[in-house]
Amino acid sequence: MGTRFSINGRSVDAKAEADTPLLWVIRDEVGLTGTKFGCGVALCGACTVHLDGVPVRSCQTPLSAVAGRKVTTIESLSRNNTHPLQKAWIAHDVPQCGYCQSGQLMSAAALLEKNKNPSDADIDAAMSGNICRCGTYTRIKAAIKTAAADMRRQA
Amino acid sequence: MSAKVQPRRQGVSRRGFLQTSAVAGGGLAIGANLAGLSVEALAAGTIHTPNAWVHIADDNTITLISARSEMGQGVYTSMPMLIAEELNVDVKTVKVLIAPPNTKLYGNALLGGPQLTGGSTSVRDGWEKLRIGGAQVREMLLAAAATKWNVDVGSLKADGGVVTGPGGKKATYGQLAAAASKLPVPEKVALKDPADFRIVGKRTKRLDTPAKTNGTAEFGIDVKLPGMVYASLEQCPVIGGTVKGFDAARAKSMPGVIDVVQIPDGVAVVADTYWHAKKAREALVVQWDEGPGAALNDKAMLEGMRSGSAGDKMLPLNPVGDAPAAIKAAGKVVRAEYVMPLLSHSPMEPMNFTASVHDGKVDLIGPTQWQDGAQATVAKALGVKPEDVSVRTTFLGGGFGRRIDIDFIVQAAQISKAVGKPVKLLWTREDDMTHDFYRPQSLHQLAAALGDDGKPTAMTFRMVSQSVTGRVFGLPLEVQDPLMTEAAMAPYEIAATRHEMVKHDAGLRVGYWRSVSHALNAFANESFIDECAAAAGKDPYAYRMSLLTTKPRFANVLRMAAEKSGWGTPAPAGRSRGMALMEGYDTYMAQVAEVSMKDGVPVVHKVTVVADLGRMVNPDTVEAQIQSSVVFGLTAALYGEITLDKGRVEQTNFDRYRIVRMNESPAIDITLVQSTEKPGGIGEPATALIGPAVANAVFAATGKRVRRMPFSAQNIAQA
Repeated sequence: MGTRFSINGRSVDAKAEADTPLLWVIRDEVGLTGTKFGCGVALCGACTVHLDGVPVRSCQTPLSAVAGRKVTTIESLSRNNTHPLQKAWIAHDVPQCGYCQSGQLMSAAALLEKNKNPSDADIDAAMSGNICRCGTYTRIKAAIKTAAADMRRQA
Repeated sequence: MSAKVQPRRQGVSRRGFLQTSAVAGGGLAIGANLAGLSVEALAAGTIHTPNAWVHIADDNTITLISARSEMGQGVYTSMPMLIAEELNVDVKTVKVLIAPPNTKLYGNALLGGPQLTGGSTSVRDGWEKLRIGGAQVREMLLAAAATKWNVDVGSLKADGGVVTGPGGKKATYGQLAAAASKLPVPEKVALKDPADFRIVGKRTKRLDTPAKTNGTAEFGIDVKLPGMVYASLEQCPVIGGTVKGFDAARAKSMPGVIDVVQIPDGVAVVADTYWHAKKAREALVVQWDEGPGAALNDKAMLEGMRSGSAGDKMLPLNPVGDAPAAIKAAGKVVRAEYVMPLLSHSPMEPMNFTASVHDGKVDLIGPTQWQDGAQATVAKALGVKPEDVSVRTTFLGGGFGRRIDIDFIVQAAQISKAVGKPVKLLWTREDDMTHDFYRPQSLHQLAAALGDDGKPTAMTFRMVSQSVTGRVFGLPLEVQDPLMTEAAMAPYEIAATRHEMVKHDAGLRVGYWRSVSHALNAFANESFIDECAAAAGKDPYAYRMSLLTTKPRFANVLRMAAEKSGWGTPAPAGRSRGMALMEGYDTYMAQVAEVSMKDGVPVVHKVTVVADLGRMVNPDTVEAQIQSSVVFGLTAALYGEITLDKGRVEQTNFDRYRIVRMNESPAIDITLVQSTEKPGGIGEPATALIGPAVANAVFAATGKRVRRMPFSAQNIAQA
């Protein structure tokens, strides 16, 4: 008897022990590798996913905590880069090495769910848990504003 | 890395390298193909390889080769752009393949031959070579079409993946590729006048961005092979320590554990999932022989650099006149000492590699900056021939110099060999931070005599640090390390100068860290010239300009940076400005930092950057690299410090090794000088300038001269 939860709208029954971090269940058992391992202790944000719509660090979220709940990962934004954030990320050519960007995008997606017109301070507050060692911050900020404007137009 | 060094690494001889090259060179098309293209397609003869840089399939799919690793710096786009410019294809339509190891085809001439991504060399090394590669294939396609249609080659045109000729004749590159590949590669080809470039120099969307916004980009950590198992490696907490004994009974009883194996660097737990391997590793009991590293302490290391040791080697660098005598006789002398701490690279993707050892062969897949180094070193470690070791390079989740080293690749191969299965070895963040090859500490002692007009008449510069090139390439002690001397010679016109570069082995393993010694030497030089200006009672900008009368490219970027930053006009309330100037990687750059002080530490609001790097391939990537380098260098300037106690690195994760975050990231205003000079490198130089620019701004704000990084409250208070 595993732990049943929903990932990107699909129901899964994970066999991993209940204390296994969600990150490793997503990557190694479910097989979705867009979510990255960066620090293991919720300091860098590379592993950010949404749990019932709220951004969480999956490296510090035990599998037991997601039983019966909804997990969404980078793969849920869109596979074909049609989400406004993905379009904006491409328009601004945000990624460099790209390793942290799944986490950046998921933090940004959570921000824009709540706030379609974020100020610089709002963006800083939502995004400062995500480290980018390549220093793409100025482009991330610009891309979030572009995506927000796009979403406001669509609303 | 700006100069040629001879590769020799950990027992891999020069001869060994040459043999590897010769063997791999003989089977070039095969070797190049097997790395990324379908074996079936090759066997069927539907993919053709006119030369080492271009593959064309019958269906007109065009694949361009990048001989350099993509670690964020944009070569996955810029290398194909150079080939595509002469091949006349749209880069949006091509596929990209990272080259397999083959130094004969893909070696880096600027670094003396290894197939190594580093030293901001990719564009400079590829600038002509890749355009020639594209032009050769274009000429071969044209020649094949001329033969096929029995027309004069001069009547044909190759553009957009299609060759057209008189009377509406038309064939795709794919339709001509098989015949073209059988033709001799032309030795001489005409290259376009840069004025006719349609791709190079134009802002171009990165080809790797789409895969990096939907989670599909493959990094080393994402590699999966059939039957693959996972490993977590316990290494001695003291670098260089060895296993005395271990008890794996409890670890072996834990869920999913397949085996526990000892390798030279430690004890590896192998399991069915990464988490099982990591959990069981925590249950290992290992006794270590910590070795001589157990005595290391960063403060003692620094004192050792100051007092010197018997093994030290001083090498003078371009002495002019008798600077020491001039300083001794001078009325006004400025002296200062600058200290730089140990640093970790800490790329976001922790070290990892996947290895499969089977039937006397080794397949390696993962993130590396040095393909033939990985091949040769693993071959040596496992006792197989280099040609039996394949290397496929994934995207790198950051490099910064860390992935020039090969320790983790050898470990993965050794573990795979021990368990007889494909293995993915993944380090934790703690492993990564405590088992790095650290940027060495440095100690600079500078002195200058000032004349009656306040200008320096003589200057001495003494740098003590550890030679990274000695470790990585076996550069002899008595040979000047060209990576220690980077930016040591400041551009300022001073009649007498003496530079002494002292190699000192502090006992800790050291590595190339983004911008290498530029960051060390530019901090000393650019802080010191500011100190001289202050001692002379002169404005730092005017003072520098007065010493650049015969250095137009330096003077130009500095003048532009002063104008763009509003130098000489009042800064916004509470803010102060500082500047820095340097040439590195053939790139001339000036920065001005606008800073306020809060709780005793600087807050950096804005950075103005002016760069003259000659011709550019992708100006948007140039800007991205400057943005990146400023933030990377700012992290080091504000926070970066690795300390050691009893040989143990005390920083284990991002709580104690702090990285600049978005809320601390300054606005960065970039101006690129339009220039027809030869291309300069841009992946690194901006890293070296932000530190001195901020230190000089701190002086302007507080009158305190912080001569030691990082610019912590403590280091500033003690300044």
